[in-house]
Amino acid sequence: MAKRTIVTDYLARVEGEGAMTVQLDGDRVEHVELRIFEPPRFFEAFLRGRSFREAPDITARICGICPVAYQTSAINAMESLCGVEVPEPIRMLRRLLYCGEWIESHALHVYMLHAPDFLGYESAIELARDAPAAVERGLALKRTGNDLMTLVGGREIHPINVRVGGFYRVPTKPELRELVESLERAREAALDTVRWTAGFEFPERIVDCDLVALEQPDEYAIERGRIRSSAGLDLAPSEYDEHFEELHVERSNALQSQLRGGGTYLCGPLARYSLGSAELSPLAREAAAEVGLGDECRDPFRSIVVRSVELVHACDESLRLIEAYEPPDHPAVQVDPVAGTGYGVSEAPRGLLYHRYRLDADGTILDAKIVPPTSQNQLAIEDDLRDVVARNSRLEDDVLRRLCEQTIRNYDPCISCATHFLDLQVERK
Amino acid sequence: MSRPTLAVWKFASCDGCQLTLLDMEDELLPLAGTIDISDFREATSAVVDGPYDLSLVEGSITTPHDAERIQEIRRNSKALVTIGACATSGGIQALRNFADVDEFTRIVYASPQYISTLATSTPISAHVPVDFELRGCPIDKRQLLEVVTAFLHGRRPGIPATSVCTECKRRGIVCVMVAHGTACLGPVTQAGCNALCPSYDRGCFGCFGPMESPNTGALVPLLRRLGRSDRDVERLFHTFNVGAEPFQKAVEHG
Repeated sequence: MAKRTIVTDYLARVEGEGAMTVQLDGDRVEHVELRIFEPPRFFEAFLRGRSFREAPDITARICGICPVAYQTSAINAMESLCGVEVPEPIRMLRRLLYCGEWIESHALHVYMLHAPDFLGYESAIELARDAPAAVERGLALKRTGNDLMTLVGGREIHPINVRVGGFYRVPTKPELRELVESLERAREAALDTVRWTAGFEFPERIVDCDLVALEQPDEYAIERGRIRSSAGLDLAPSEYDEHFEELHVERSNALQSQLRGGGTYLCGPLARYSLGSAELSPLAREAAAEVGLGDECRDPFRSIVVRSVELVHACDESLRLIEAYEPPDHPAVQVDPVAGTGYGVSEAPRGLLYHRYRLDADGTILDAKIVPPTSQNQLAIEDDLRDVVARNSRLEDDVLRRLCEQTIRNYDPCISCATHFLDLQVERK
Repeated sequence: MSRPTLAVWKFASCDGCQLTLLDMEDELLPLAGTIDISDFREATSAVVDGPYDLSLVEGSITTPHDAERIQEIRRNSKALVTIGACATSGGIQALRNFADVDEFTRIVYASPQYISTLATSTPISAHVPVDFELRGCPIDKRQLLEVVTAFLHGRRPGIPATSVCTECKRRGIVCVMVAHGTACLGPVTQAGCNALCPSYDRGCFGCFGPMESPNTGALVPLLRRLGRSDRDVERLFHTFNVGAEPFQKAVEHG
């Protein structure tokens, strides 16, 4: 068989600008690459000289799909350095806002970006012509997430109500209660989503790389936690750099992460679920069991089912948080800057998001490092792509290209996030 | 008669403004029923060649390749509307315009030679004629719907160019600067957010950029009287719309 090259110049239904190239010699895969040509925006560079209080608003602009993740990891880094632990009601509100982002982002990915692959459509809009009820269910779910973000955060994209130390204004109990009815409907829609996606056809795939996710006792870690891996790592956020490193390769404006000394790893829904499914709400666990998902899931194609289970959990958790909510005495606690280095992590919808800042005594940022989930997953995505191509090399070019694109979308890559990075001494290793 | 065609393009940006289209959960399917979406990569892998009746452009120009690409898009578009602060004023990445971009590249990337970037981040209007600029970081959903509807019907969009202050007054929000001494860019920032930050007890931080003829010269001394240092005032103006001259030069003019 002759040599052939399969190229997608501009990946659709992902966030940001990326391309894919696969080269085959007969049945042998010669080369696979996910190329990121999204232009660099240099966030880590222009954060230098800014106030530590500006980091949440500035880093939110890295990504319009997961701004709360950036705000939260930035705030965690600043507050831990400055020795501040916010009161429980503020932490619960942060978790609630974050649940809104998970609902919005997962509903977007499941319905608008990913489901069309399984059902043979080019877009959700096209899918809506044949299956209007399903797409409308997805849009309603997404709107519930947006409504939650709008109430707690002020707006769904780049929320304005989030600050180091807490919030500017906190919602009243009656304001939050107004969301209960739509969240209950959303939870039903999420349960239907689990059943719907579990009925798709899945090629059998298992990835065997390390899985990395946050862990928090007695909860499904979202807005805080320790870093855990399937190989047994158990780290404080401040130990991240000792165990993970980033590489700069020519084809990409995004750095790629690996375990120090080599080793691909994966973060995101599959990692969270496989390491922490026992902490999901009873209803979410039941939904997973009903469709035979098991305690762990290493199949990237089934990530759509795992995201749906996380949708159930996020709706359930939001309802629990609203039920338990008592407004804090003050919307924020005072945070005075401390010179030193602060570390913050949280679980963005796509996986672990790490921030590190060095501050001087007046709170000016001297140095910043941000590692988004898609940078961390890039090597795992390429490995998976290589394996999928090797197993399916006899497919015709068009069919194989579609399968490759779907393989990439399984990871919900956010290329806008991934473009920008890192720190000189790390890079030179 | 064939239906009007819409295309959505991305340059350097966070994707948030085009996400606003997908966030119009109630309007999206009805809208998709009246137009043909020719090119919108975030939403669909189906692509139809131009020309396009309406192109929405997100993001700023930061690479030589993108400077070429926008020319091609302009040639293929009957009307071209920029959406958001990046496309309209260069976005937060325009902070590089006042720094050494080679140093920026070295700070962020291990192998700067792999990176192809321009020294500046510039708005779309610096490269091609633009029919309308929709402000915001991010844009407002209702304003986007108004702009799309207006262009598809061949009329000018009804987007007010007044300040955020007028929205506070209309909503009956107590002035955060007068009542609480909170620094606020509302008096010089274009309306469009419905006075969102003051309604959350926060001062405006300028997402929608400078209003028409902003009186920054009067506001800056007021911010100083509230105890803000020149560095604080500069930080306040130098964010998502730093590329807009009235914000860029606010401190020196105040």
